[in-house]
Amino acid sequence: MKFQLKNIVAILFMALTLISCSDNDDSTTINELDGLTKFQEMTNTTHTIELYSHIGALVQGYNEVKLRIKDNVTNQYIKNATVSWMPVMHMAMMNHSCPNSEVEKITSEGTLYEGYIMFQMAQNDTEYWDLKIDYSIDGIDYTTTSVIDVPASAKRTVNTFMGTDGVKYLVAYAEPHHPSVALNDMVVGVWKMQDMMTFPVVDGYTLKIDPRMPSMGNHSSPNNVHATQTTAGELYNGKLSLTMTGYWKINLQLAKPDGTIVKGEEITDTVTSSSIFFEIEF
Amino acid sequence: MKKTVSILVLLFSVFVLAQNQENDSLKIKELKEVILIGKKANLYEKQSKSLGSIDEFLQQSLKVDMIKRGAYAWEPIINNMPSERTLVTIDGMRIFGACTDKMDPITSYVEVSNLEEATIVSGQEGGCFGNTIGGSIDLKRNKNTFGEKKWEFHLNSGFETNNKQKILGASVNYRDSLFYVDSDVMLRNAENYKAGNGNEVLFSQFSKANFSSTFGFRFSNNKSIETAIIYDKATNVGYPALPMDVSLAEAAIASIKYEYVPLNSKVKNWETKLYFNTIKHKMDDTTRPNVPIHMDMPGWSETFGYYSKVNFSKAKHHFLINLNSFYNKSIAEMTMYPSDPNENLMFMYTWPDVRTLYNGVFLEDEFVFNCHSSLKILTSFGSHINHVASQFGLESIQIFYPELKAEKSRILKSVASRYNHVKLGFEYGFGLAYGERAPSVSEGYGFYLFNSFDGYDNIGNPNLKNEKALEGSLSIGFKNDKFKINASASYFKIYDYIIAKTDVSLVPMTIGANGVRIYTALDYATLFNTDISAEIYLSNSFKWFSQATFAKGKDSENKNLPFISPLSYMSSLRFIKNQFNAEISVSGNASQINYNSEFGEDKTPSYAILNVSSGYKFKLGTNNFTTRIGGENLLDTYYSTYADWNNIPRVGRNIFINLNYSL
Repeated sequence: MKFQLKNIVAILFMALTLISCSDNDDSTTINELDGLTKFQEMTNTTHTIELYSHIGALVQGYNEVKLRIKDNVTNQYIKNATVSWMPVMHMAMMNHSCPNSEVEKITSEGTLYEGYIMFQMAQNDTEYWDLKIDYSIDGIDYTTTSVIDVPASAKRTVNTFMGTDGVKYLVAYAEPHHPSVALNDMVVGVWKMQDMMTFPVVDGYTLKIDPRMPSMGNHSSPNNVHATQTTAGELYNGKLSLTMTGYWKINLQLAKPDGTIVKGEEITDTVTSSSIFFEIEF
Repeated sequence: MKKTVSILVLLFSVFVLAQNQENDSLKIKELKEVILIGKKANLYEKQSKSLGSIDEFLQQSLKVDMIKRGAYAWEPIINNMPSERTLVTIDGMRIFGACTDKMDPITSYVEVSNLEEATIVSGQEGGCFGNTIGGSIDLKRNKNTFGEKKWEFHLNSGFETNNKQKILGASVNYRDSLFYVDSDVMLRNAENYKAGNGNEVLFSQFSKANFSSTFGFRFSNNKSIETAIIYDKATNVGYPALPMDVSLAEAAIASIKYEYVPLNSKVKNWETKLYFNTIKHKMDDTTRPNVPIHMDMPGWSETFGYYSKVNFSKAKHHFLINLNSFYNKSIAEMTMYPSDPNENLMFMYTWPDVRTLYNGVFLEDEFVFNCHSSLKILTSFGSHINHVASQFGLESIQIFYPELKAEKSRILKSVASRYNHVKLGFEYGFGLAYGERAPSVSEGYGFYLFNSFDGYDNIGNPNLKNEKALEGSLSIGFKNDKFKINASASYFKIYDYIIAKTDVSLVPMTIGANGVRIYTALDYATLFNTDISAEIYLSNSFKWFSQATFAKGKDSENKNLPFISPLSYMSSLRFIKNQFNAEISVSGNASQINYNSEFGEDKTPSYAILNVSSGYKFKLGTNNFTTRIGGENLLDTYYSTYADWNNIPRVGRNIFINLNYSL
């Protein structure tokens, strides 16, 4: 009898613990921002758009950007908006855009929207990027535009080139954010320039990778897997093997589905670097 | 065909030759050699060079040879098998070197002044303190006794002309019926040595300091406790055969032992020891000119362990049981410094913090049938677990083995038997054995370990199977007052023989390396060893001693195994009269024709060198002096042996003088 009583107490205690856990449900809104840092706010008369990224800034190359929209009156975050964006580079003679994704809600309950923007060039003294965000809430359209800060990256993470097939391609390094001495999951993007404002993902190609350490006899690493696409329209996935810390040059070759190389050279004893490459240092 | 020849040779040796024995008691004979070192060796007629290095002492053994990478820290090989396949212990303690390039075998962390003798056991019979394939060396520390109150002081000094080696040592011993304390210190400092043609061998210098202390206390007549510590520090050690040197090799070895010797009991002796040792090894190329990239390769090894060993007899059976465990932690790193100082350092784990836990039991039964014959059976069973503790290191090795788990466990077994027969000075014995070993840390988890002999980067393989050996051995001997002759032969068939094989798809990391090799297993390899030794008392004062060894090793594709000794021989004539003794000896090797060029070996020409030495012992009042003076390689022959890494030449003419004083 006593034993049963003990069990009942235990069950009650467990139930209480569960209940007290569920009290913390509101905290999901805070957890959403884990690992993210706000780098800019864009404000119009009705809303404030907060922009977030992992490094708390934008940089030349591939950027994962997250945003949320706050109602200036209620201070509530909007959960049901439809969002799109358009980054534009303002140059002396012309304007152009860059590869970028759709903007999608991360979770239906959350407040964050996400997408990527790949800035193929950095700003300079006379040329700058701005970002236009269009969004609609309950059938009403809104817009806001701000100048954004896109400094040059320290290492090469983007290659823009004309392929042997006369197409202008862009390839960019996306992941790993924090490379380690391991077989890293690698994510890259491959796009082409259709016109100044349209940069669609190139489907079905292979981005061949050959990581090398120029400071140490240009040695390579084993068991790399070339980046390929699993779903059309998506980024490319591969495996990047790094056998030690330091500066690595990831030499690239872009191959069409039929195997034709449109750009990049194979590394040999005499060819120590490809004309397209990424750099990482850790 | 080759096998038939081997068997014929083996049989021939059985009929004509005989086996090495030290004493002739009724107790069972083992395939065991005892090399006297240190204190015992101060019996000046026993050794030609009392202050030689441990390596020089061990090299006298028929079963042991040394792979040399310079003047210091030679790697002992037993039955032509290197350290992975052998077991070297200090008083039963497991110690693991901290260098990925085997520049610090355990023998390099002790000094002759610490030790009394080295017991060398061939094959599975050496498995008392752990698993082995080739055999074992147990370095025995000075054995102290309780007794009448007594103080002893010793001073040892030596000088060698070739590398200007200065040796200085001192020891103090005290004992009474309840306590004993022994402390000793020894310092060595040597410059570059000169090879036979007078050419200086650059980067062959070394400097070493060793301190040891033992303290014993007796609770009662048959219960005692002993603590012991050895601290050894070598600095500025050059390895002329390698691209890197060692700025520091430091070891602290500590133990506490409890011994119980029951009186009038079937249990003869029960000894339990707890031990700990820590090794720090700093390899770098700071002093080398023109290196393509500067690098540091430090390593650390820590081992905790215990054993509890009991001897007891029942009727005609003599039993030994040894329970033993150790836990080792091995880490090694490599940091490379790019020429551009703004670039990040290049870093990797070459040993990814590998933890090894071993728990085992060893059982031995000597069954003495009668005063002539006996049978010994031994067996061991153990659990061996490797665990990669560093996440960084684990992910590194997962580049090669994506499915690899951090932990890998194995069961290791061995069983051996030996029959022995002695009658009228004639004796013979034969043995059969089976044993297993786990891969070493380098073989299992090494990451881009450069072997400067074959020029390949080596990658470990955690999925290797246990290496297994079948072993057969024979020994035969005859002895009377004037004459003693012994011969022995052993044959090992080693299954899943671990060796590194080239993988052409991989690109080396080391600048200038030939390629990458991955540890893998051959179906089998065979090793045949034979030796003969003879001692003849020509008169009361003259003794002639000779020994010769020969070995052959083949892999399953009938290719030669690396580091297999060609015919090697030694012959000496010793004169002893009163307090004076003198010795002249010749030693040499036949040409090494059975080499393996894939492992960087080439044909090593034959050589022979001539050595002389003499000693004199005298008293001045209560002061005892022992002097030894001698010349090694008197003819200044330029030579290198099959076991010299990258054919590095051996020491040329060397005159040594040892002076020992005791009070």
